[in-house]
Parts: sequence; structure tokens; C-alpha cells
Amino acid sequence: MADLGSNLAGIRSPNPFWLASAPPTNSGYQVQRAFEQGWGGAVWKTLGTPIVNVTSRFAGLNYREHRMVGMNNIELITDRPLDENLKEIAECKKAFPDRAIVASLMEVCERKPWHELVKRVQEVEIDGFELNFGCPHGMSERGMGAAVGQHPDLIERVTTYVKEAARVPVIVKLTPNVTDVRFPARGAARGGADAISLINTINSVMGIDLESWKPIPHVDGKSSHGGYCGPAVKPIALNMVSDCARDPEVGIPISGIGGVETWRDAAEFLLLGATNVQVCTAVMHSGFRIVREMIEGLNDYLDAKGIASVRDLVGKSRDTITTWENLNLNYKIVAEIDQSRCIHCNKCYIACEDAAHQCIDRVAHGNNGTYDLVVDADHCVGCNLCMMVCPVDCIDMLRVDAGLPSQSWKERNALAPS
Amino acid sequence: MTPAGSFPGKPIHKELSKLEVSIEANRCLYCYDAPCTRACPTHIDIPRFIAQIADANVKGSARTILDANPLGASCARVCPVDELCEGACVYNTESDTPIRIGDLQRYSTYVVREAGTRVFEAGAPTGKRVAVVGGGPAGLAAARDLRRYGHAVTIFEAREQLGGLNTFGIVPFRLSTDVALWEAQQVIELGCEVRTGARVGDDVSAASLVAEYDAVILACGMGEVPQLRIPGQEHVWDALAFIERAKTTGEAPGLGNRVAVIGAGNTAIDALTCAKRLGAENVTMYYRRGEAEMPAYEFEYDFAKEEGIEFRFHCAPKRVIAEGGGVVGLELARTDGEGSFVAPCDTVISAIGQNRLLDAIDALGVAHDNGVVRVDESLRTTREGVFAAGDCIFAKGVREAMVVEAAEQGKTAARSVHELLSHEVPHGRSRQ
Repeated sequence: MADLGSNLAGIRSPNPFWLASAPPTNSGYQVQRAFEQGWGGAVWKTLGTPIVNVTSRFAGLNYREHRMVGMNNIELITDRPLDENLKEIAECKKAFPDRAIVASLMEVCERKPWHELVKRVQEVEIDGFELNFGCPHGMSERGMGAAVGQHPDLIERVTTYVKEAARVPVIVKLTPNVTDVRFPARGAARGGADAISLINTINSVMGIDLESWKPIPHVDGKSSHGGYCGPAVKPIALNMVSDCARDPEVGIPISGIGGVETWRDAAEFLLLGATNVQVCTAVMHSGFRIVREMIEGLNDYLDAKGIASVRDLVGKSRDTITTWENLNLNYKIVAEIDQSRCIHCNKCYIACEDAAHQCIDRVAHGNNGTYDLVVDADHCVGCNLCMMVCPVDCIDMLRVDAGLPSQSWKERNALAPS
Repeated sequence: MTPAGSFPGKPIHKELSKLEVSIEANRCLYCYDAPCTRACPTHIDIPRFIAQIADANVKGSARTILDANPLGASCARVCPVDELCEGACVYNTESDTPIRIGDLQRYSTYVVREAGTRVFEAGAPTGKRVAVVGGGPAGLAAARDLRRYGHAVTIFEAREQLGGLNTFGIVPFRLSTDVALWEAQQVIELGCEVRTGARVGDDVSAASLVAEYDAVILACGMGEVPQLRIPGQEHVWDALAFIERAKTTGEAPGLGNRVAVIGAGNTAIDALTCAKRLGAENVTMYYRRGEAEMPAYEFEYDFAKEEGIEFRFHCAPKRVIAEGGGVVGLELARTDGEGSFVAPCDTVISAIGQNRLLDAIDALGVAHDNGVVRVDESLRTTREGVFAAGDCIFAKGVREAMVVEAAEQGKTAARSVHELLSHEVPHGRSRQ
């Protein structure tokens, strides 16, 4: 059994799987159900001045037979009184003392209200704060959430206010709705944040109903942009986590969020430098029980790899991400099609012919109507497209020795006469 | 006509649920130069019609199907898909099953049929007139395309209703009358003149056709089941007449409990299963050759087995035994050995093929080989301006007697007529 115990800037949890601040952490009832299933921690639905919500609130992006590959929501922070939430937080902590409970907070950008909120919440036992500078809809129109997260100086200032009053670690949750996420992350670090969490949801319009011409979801015929999440956003989240993990000016632990559905997704975030992960959409799709497979899967993976602790996974792939100019221009791979497994759907052929480099030929076996799909290895650029479209995984990309030493664009330019 | 649902027993095809349609349509790989399309005699762009179902454009999918195959709804019920499209699907692997192309095609055509959606329009009038002799699958396919080319069409049909074997000769639990007639109606609605009860050679003179029309397409099909030429043959029922009566009335008076069917083709299977579903307890097929030589499609044979039909191979009919005007038995000679035996039965049905309609063929004065109208690749007969398609050109080992083949031949004949009448290759009929 591998040690799945996780420690994010001093916040300990028995495993790295936390629930993100979202509808699944709206109440003590829910969080206790989650802890019963094994979740290592929960970031409570954002506390602040209770709001009024609208209906409807969510929409799913379906891709062919797959439901909710993406999801969008226009729900706001908690609509329940602070006292009620705090009472339930206390009950949860009492029932599950080994789990991490982090209070997500949102407040206007002034010192006094933040100090008051932090102190009120600290009256119950909590393990940390997460500052919601990410919510992209509704609250941002009121100068909170992503409206803060898009200004590194505001992030820094508000983080400073919170740190003045907080007795537990402070995580700053970042919005992806910025050009370069390192700038707000650095703001959080300058403000004294103990960790950052990212990404919050992405600005999105989910769709238009082709019959009614109304947006999806709509509130009495209208909608506003919502926050996009779910499996489809994972690559965006991984990129932003990677950017922050590699930036020396950020330099604080990361809680990875965005499209985590399985232990595999989680492992990728950890490898790129996240200390733990937070999950929401997958739970909204399938319930809290998914954490059992996540725990078991990660444990089996670590055991198979001979890794004693999940903490030893963190950042192991961090430095494999670099800038384009550092990539080896002399690295060559070409496609090879395994004829014994090819089913002749010709998807690789048409993809290469129409969208790549016309490097797959249909070579007939005499006149009997049968043929092989054969890669023109001399001209194949190794783009991977054929392998990606192959439905039976019969295409391998094979390394070709170009007979040249590694050389990046940067190195080549350095050698070039000026 | 008997409503489809009134015939005993369930239809063979179980319709897909909406979820099944979606799963199956999305499972299709959208192959390029797809083997299913190559395997279809009418070359329906199958990946395209399935993608259109997945895209929620069912009318578009029906257009794709019916553009290539005017008989797309009936073919989704009678085609030997295992040997054609589904048999060619790349998913015929150890771990996968082929896409249910026939089921999806039935779904698509069902949706436009239920909605009353009009899929095609007639072409701009060309002023040319074409006579189509026979309103079965080949004739309807030809008429449909001729109308889309803009030629005026008159269909001469010997029976009172169109559809040919689709309407009268295929068991209702495989192809209901309403589907066959809907398909014919789609052709009529393009503006065809239809003369039913008009048998060429009897009711209409062949000379007048040739004189009054710019071209003639002969698609008269075939005739009755030939005589068995054995003692007692006058007591034998014609399988096609039996199926027609059963399909149109829902009953077969005097069928009895024990039925012997002679022949092993698809019509024999239809007669066998029809008799069984009408209540005969003991229904047996007798065939002079072996199981391997059976001309019926494998899926038809499998279906007959499921229905509880018995099969006796290597025995040929020798004598029908009748007492007091009623059949009591059939004497059969063993073809794989000596001797004969008597099978007690109440009814003997013959399904050993069909006669050629020599009267119509001779009336039109086209050359034929033992009743098989002689045609070239363009389906031109030996007579200028006269073309032929469907079962009247069917010859064992040369062409298949499938509805889907008849549809393709009807299209080919129509294209040839159009080329003749317009002296150019037709344009603007995209099939890609």
C-alpha cells in the first residue's frame, strides 16, 4: 500500500483528492456523504454575503454519445446564512477530524470586511482558507471573484488582508480568464499566499437551442456567460498548472483543478507539479462514490511503479514542459501501420491526404480489390495525426535515427552568423 | 389489404430505440471509401447517411439512402445485409460487431415515412415520354429516376397495385404491404401516370407503346411458379399465389395442419414460415439437393429454423397423393440413394422458381435466351429504344434476383434512357 497522504502548505489530508468549492460542497449533509466515500478534503462552497440564485443554472456539453464532456454553470456562491454553514462545518470536522476542510471565501475588496469574515469563520475549526478570485459570472459583476483575479495587484492586496487575520494556511484560487496566469499567481505569492489553486471555470456560452434560438441554459429566455469546466478543460488546466509550477516567482504549492475525473487525470496534475487535486464536475456527473476508484487506482499505480508515497510523484514531469525554442529539431519519428491489425477504414489515409502531408498510400494487392495502407516514411513528418484517428490503435510512431545531435531552435540560432 | 399488424406473429425486425439509434450511429467510423458502400449494389453512401442520423438530420439521411436506392425502405427489410453492407463493415473483427446498417436505414426511412416528408422533386419537363412496363422494384426505381430527369412516365402494371413482389410476394412479417405501397406512392407523387390492370400484350399493345413513347423500359418481372410435371400436380399450390393470398387476406383456407413445401429458395422460406404462422403445425421443406446448395440466404434459412420449420434434403417430388379431392400425402424420391417414401400432408406448395413472361417479351420483339431478356451493360435490349431491368433479365450466375439489384438496374435503365433522350450524360445528380 502506497502512502496517499497529502500535505498542501501544511493542510494535511489522507489522500490528494479534494472536492472543489462548488455545488457538491454546498452543505454539511453533502460533505459528510463525501467523506464517508473517502474524499480526503473538501473546499466548502464559497462563504460570503448570501446571494440569490436563478433557475436554470447548469448546461452540459455532449460529444456524440458522451454526456457532459464539458459543463457550464451560472450558479453563484452560497445562498445560505453564514451561521448555518459554520455550524455544519463544525459538525463535519467533528465527524471526520482527519479530513481537510477548507473554507472558500469571497468578499468585497476592503480590509475590514475581509478581516471580519476570516475571523467569523475561524471561530470553527477549519484547516485552511481558499480565496475565491476565480468565479467568472455574476460575482465578478459586483467586483468580486474573477474581477479580482484578473488584477495581480488586487490579488496581492486582498491576500495581504486575509493573511493579517488568518491563523490557518491561505490558498488563492485563480481564474483562467487571463492572458498569462503567472501574473496573478505571482500576485498571490507576493501577498503571502501559502498556496494557489487553479483553474477556476472558464468564461463560456454553452450553446443556442436551434429550435427556440434561446441560449442554453436560459433564465426566462436570456442567459449570461457561465463558467466552463469538466473533462474538456483539462488540457487548459494542465497548461496553467505547469506554467505556475515552473515559475520561480510563484514558488508556492499548487492545488490542481480542471477536468479531473479519474486517478489518471489526477496523476497527470501531480506529475506536472500540483500537490493535490480538486474535483467537481465528475462528482456532479456520477456522485461522490467515484473517489473509491480514484484512491484504488492511484494506489495501484504507485505500487506498480514502486513508489512509496504520492508525494514522490509531485513534479516528476514538471521540467518536461519547456518553450518551443528548446525542442530538439533533429528528433524524428515516422508512422508505421501494423498490417495485421489494420481494418482498412481508411481514416488515416484521408486524414493524411486532406489534412497532413499526403504520406499514406493505398497499395493494391494485384487486382483482387484488397490493399494495404502504407506509410511513405521518407516524407512522413511524424505529426501523429494518423495514429490519432486510427480506431484500432494499429499505428505506431517509430523513432528514426537522423544521425544528428540534438539541436534546438535556440541553439541553431546561437550558431547562426549574425 | 390486410393491415400489417393483423398477420399472426411478430414482425421479424425489431425497431431500434432512439438510444440504440444514437449509439449505433455514433459507433460508425465514417470510413473513407467505405467497404459497406462498395458492397451495396446501389452504392448508398452509408457513412454519410449514418453521419446524418448522428447529426440529427434524418431527412438528409433518407435523401442519401433514397437517392441511391429508391427502394431503400424495403431493402432495409429484405436485403441480405450479412452478405452486403454489414458483411463488408470494417467492424467484422474478432472483438467487434458490424454497424447495424440495415436497422439504421430502416429507422431513417421510417422517420420520413411517418412524417410524410417529401424527399425528392421531379425534374424540369423534357417533353419526352417513357413507358415503364411493370410497377415492381425495377420499374419503380426506373420511374423514380426518369421523373427526376424530367421525363414524363407512364407505368403499365398488370395487377391492381404497384410494388410487385414487395407488395405481393414477400411475407408480411418481413415486408409489410404499407411499406411497399409507400415506396410506390413516393414514385407516383413525382407525377407518374399509373395504369393498373394493364398487361402488355393483352390489355395494351406492345406496338402502341413503341409508337407512342420515346423509350420503353421492360421491367415485367417473372410469372407463376412452373408446373411440377408430376402426377397430382393439379393439387399443388403456387407459393407466390399462397403468399399473396396470405398477405392480402391474412388467412389461407384449406391449408391444413401438415404442409410440404418444395424448393429451397427465399420464396420457399417465405411459404414455409407463412404456413407456420398461419397455424400449420408440421411444415417441412423438401429439396432435391443438399443443404450447401440451398439458394436461400443464410439469414432466411436461420429464420426458418427459428420458426420451427423442418428440412429434408436430397428428395425430389414424385407424386401428389390425393383422396376424395384432398391431398393426403406427397411421395418423394431420394436423390442421394435408392427408393422413395411418402410424407403424409394436407397441402403441397411449390416454390421451384418462376416462369418467364414470354408473351410480353415476345410482344415487344426483344431477343431473349430461354426467356431471359438479352441486354448489354447499359441494359439496352436488342430493340432500339427498349431497355430492360429486374427479374426479366435475371439469369443464374450472371445477376442476382435481389430487390436491391432490381433497384440498381432500374436506375441504370433510367440513366440509359436519359442518355438516349438527351444525348448527353446527366449532370447534377451528386452522389458524393
